[in-house]
Amino acid sequence: MVVISDILVQGIQMLLVLLLAPLLTGFVRKIKARMVRRQGPSVLQPYRDLLRLLRKEVVLADNASWLFRVTPYVTFAAIWVAAALVPTFATGLLFNWTADLIAIVALLGSARFFLALAGMDVGTSFGGIGSSREVMIAALAEPAMLLIFFCMALVAGSTQLSTVANFMGSSGVGLRVSLGMAVIALIMVALAENARIPVDNPATHLELTMVHEAMVLEYSGRHLAMIEFGAFLKLLLYISLIACVFFPWKIALFGTGPLAYAVGAGVYIVKLAVAGFLLALFETATAKMRVFRVPQFLGAALMLGLLGTLLLFVSRSL
Amino acid sequence: MIAALAVSAVVLQMSCVAGLLGLAILAIALSRSKSATAVIYGATLVICLAALAGSLIWLLGGAAKATELILPIGLPWLGAHFRLDALAAFFLIVVNLGGAAASLYGLGYGHHEHTPYRVLPFFPAFLAGMNLVVLADDAFSYLLCWEFMSLASWALVMAHHREAGNAKAGYVYLVMASFGTLALLLAFGLLAGAAGDYGFAAIRNAPHTPYVAALVLILMLLGAGSKAGLVPLHVWLPLAHPAAPSHVSALMSGVMTKVAIYGFIRVVFDLLGQPSWPASVIVLFLGSITAVMGILYAMMEKDLKRLLAYSTIENVGIIFVSLGLALAFQANGLKLPAALAFTAALFHVLNHSFFKSLLFFGAGAVLMSTGERDMDKLGGLIHRMPFTSFVVLVGCVAISALPPFNGFVSEWLMFQAVLQSPELPQWALKIMVPAVGAMLALAAALAAACFVKAFGVTFLGRPRSPAAETAGEVDRYSLSAMFILAALCLLAGILPGPVMDALSPVAVEILGGRLPVQAHVPWLTIVPISESRGSYNGLLVMVFITISASLAVYFIHRFASHALRRGPAWGCGFTDPTPLAQYSGASFAQPIRRVFGTMVFHARDHVDMPAPGDTRPARLRIELHDLVWEGMYQPLAGAVGFAADRLNRLQFLTIRRYLSLVFATLVTLLLVLAIWS
Repeated sequence: MVVISDILVQGIQMLLVLLLAPLLTGFVRKIKARMVRRQGPSVLQPYRDLLRLLRKEVVLADNASWLFRVTPYVTFAAIWVAAALVPTFATGLLFNWTADLIAIVALLGSARFFLALAGMDVGTSFGGIGSSREVMIAALAEPAMLLIFFCMALVAGSTQLSTVANFMGSSGVGLRVSLGMAVIALIMVALAENARIPVDNPATHLELTMVHEAMVLEYSGRHLAMIEFGAFLKLLLYISLIACVFFPWKIALFGTGPLAYAVGAGVYIVKLAVAGFLLALFETATAKMRVFRVPQFLGAALMLGLLGTLLLFVSRSL
Repeated sequence: MIAALAVSAVVLQMSCVAGLLGLAILAIALSRSKSATAVIYGATLVICLAALAGSLIWLLGGAAKATELILPIGLPWLGAHFRLDALAAFFLIVVNLGGAAASLYGLGYGHHEHTPYRVLPFFPAFLAGMNLVVLADDAFSYLLCWEFMSLASWALVMAHHREAGNAKAGYVYLVMASFGTLALLLAFGLLAGAAGDYGFAAIRNAPHTPYVAALVLILMLLGAGSKAGLVPLHVWLPLAHPAAPSHVSALMSGVMTKVAIYGFIRVVFDLLGQPSWPASVIVLFLGSITAVMGILYAMMEKDLKRLLAYSTIENVGIIFVSLGLALAFQANGLKLPAALAFTAALFHVLNHSFFKSLLFFGAGAVLMSTGERDMDKLGGLIHRMPFTSFVVLVGCVAISALPPFNGFVSEWLMFQAVLQSPELPQWALKIMVPAVGAMLALAAALAAACFVKAFGVTFLGRPRSPAAETAGEVDRYSLSAMFILAALCLLAGILPGPVMDALSPVAVEILGGRLPVQAHVPWLTIVPISESRGSYNGLLVMVFITISASLAVYFIHRFASHALRRGPAWGCGFTDPTPLAQYSGASFAQPIRRVFGTMVFHARDHVDMPAPGDTRPARLRIELHDLVWEGMYQPLAGAVGFAADRLNRLQFLTIRRYLSLVFATLVTLLLVLAIWS
């Protein structure tokens, strides 16, 4: 009985992230449009886009291999499993002990690995340019993210995200220099990993600047829908991650019952909205940087993560 | 029953070695006959499997005690000591598993060999040498077997001696191997001390002063490190490993580097006794530099086999980082974290032998069916070699440390060990370990980038040469060897608990500490320290990914449009561009070269752009410098050459001058002796 209810709660969490992910992206787009005095599409537009893509036929390049067709599903699945590992409205859910922060990095890494391969599959220059830039960005973002996670793990004494979230929610944390560094670095990494301004621009198809969009240029129809959906989920995942570790207010403890879960879910949606608003604000206020400025940007994140970890090695209370 | 097995275990291993040596002789006798290839590889396969089974049963049997065997050969007062203990048993498993896989692969691959008589005798001899090094229990036999292993592999490197570059590879290998053996010789000399007892048991029990211990550590890093490929002693490895036939490359990269690591563990962890913490600083430093440099070199490489060889250097670096952590913990008496770091290192040794052999086999398959090692002349092989490309993809995912495969588990364990390090009391280590963790993370991320390049350029896209266009799938023996290794990569990744439990006797024997028994943790989860510290379950991760992917596929195929149209790729207005316009290995690596290359390789791009109206083609030339080679080895070679030229005159002296030279030397020596005392 207990197992069934656990599975149920976990299932609800997985469905919730699935349902909220396009809404979050739509919300960010709407806010961005309004900030530049445009009307902007409805916040529900991403859902419509997904449905439209699902109804379209797939145009597959002549020499696309099975890898090209499998990748959208593998990528989506890896991101979805990673998202299931992040506490959203409650901690200690069924999947939480399966894998930890390091595994989340690696799952996102798997998704990227396959996407980058798919970018090279058709054999056009666009896919190649996207893939090679994506792996360059990842080569710096991934270690930065691991170091940030080391910071969290050292503070909380565990790499288990639920334990970390519970610990951060408790009163014993206080203000710490290392965590301050970690949150700034994590936001920088999140911007890079989600192909947001200033690293990449999700709204353009301009050859010289695009990274992620170039990589998936050959995709169409249902395949593109899965990839887009994966990208929506990834943005939600990063925001949930930042929220559950650094702003763990009202996250329900495991097994506290439906009411606490409902409150947790409500607060979670508010957190997403606030984060989405801040993201839109930031993106409107910043310009995209040149591709080869990105290493400096991510290098800063890496150094912040390293400094934070170093501080914790020196003293556990910093 | 187990006792009987234990007594016979070392005898069994030695008979397998004898069998392999016998095969080497048989191979010479059979050399020109048609059936030689099948007979020799078939027999090595059987012998390796027997040795593998013997060591597996020994290690998993539990209560078995170390067993010894003394043969009346070697030094007259010493004999040749051989011993099987948990550490040796583990490395025997690595050696013989690799050997069995290479033999199975050789059954198919060997038929494409133009000069089988140059490979067949040395292949079993090489395997016998590696087995003997692991079994040796006194310094004399150890060095003898080590030299035997080196020479057998040198002969295999030189098998195709007429191909461009191979002669140089063999020469550099021979020089570096001699240098390594010299370092080992000095190390064992110091260990044996004035008493001169060369048995490992005596060395183990003798006290060693800190100076001797430090010197031995440095000599072992030079000796075993040069064989394993530690930077800056790695220069021979990317030359020699790819020069050999592919299944031998797999053995050299996947297995022989592990034998070198075995030597390092045996001496530094076992024979030297309790380590001191400064030792770990050196090992951590060299290991992390090696990991990052190795993978950066690999990223810049366009020759498939050389790329794999450089990636071996990276993995050796990772293993040394983990061993350095184990030394640091052990020096401070932290048994549990030491066992964690040590187990992680051994796990990675095992993993690397799986996926590196697999990848070299894949490279061999590509070489067999296209005749090309240059990635920029390949492409599109996924359509023509579907099975090979599938297993190579598995190998690439595993080596990139992505779940649910095995590479991730060992790296995960290493990161857990890094997270235990704030408990270390020394400030030097406290500051160093986070940096080492960052280097480890950087190496892991770069490895993923590197293998996207390796797989993407070789197997995906459109063929860049007629050879790649007309490639075909390889034979069944080769494929089955690769499929077995790919399955092992997955198995070790989803069932890490049993592997860790199997490794625990080694950690107990060497460090005296052990991890919690993973078999007691429910649901096949692994919990290296305690449940609150972190856990990972590879099986469930795989199941969850499979379920969510199947759910996605189900919904898509239930509700989405099934329409599919094949059409030409979008060429941005240029229809049907030549396949050469695709991204190549060099262009794929360009962003990373821009980021890291300027500093690490002094990389420069030279663009030669003709003026408008000029029909001359534009050229882009990439200038890369191997700073280790240019900064260390070239000056050294130059100095040796210079000295040799100067001293050359001594050959042409008259007898009178020779005699006066001898006289002067004698007087000087006597003077020195007189003043010394």
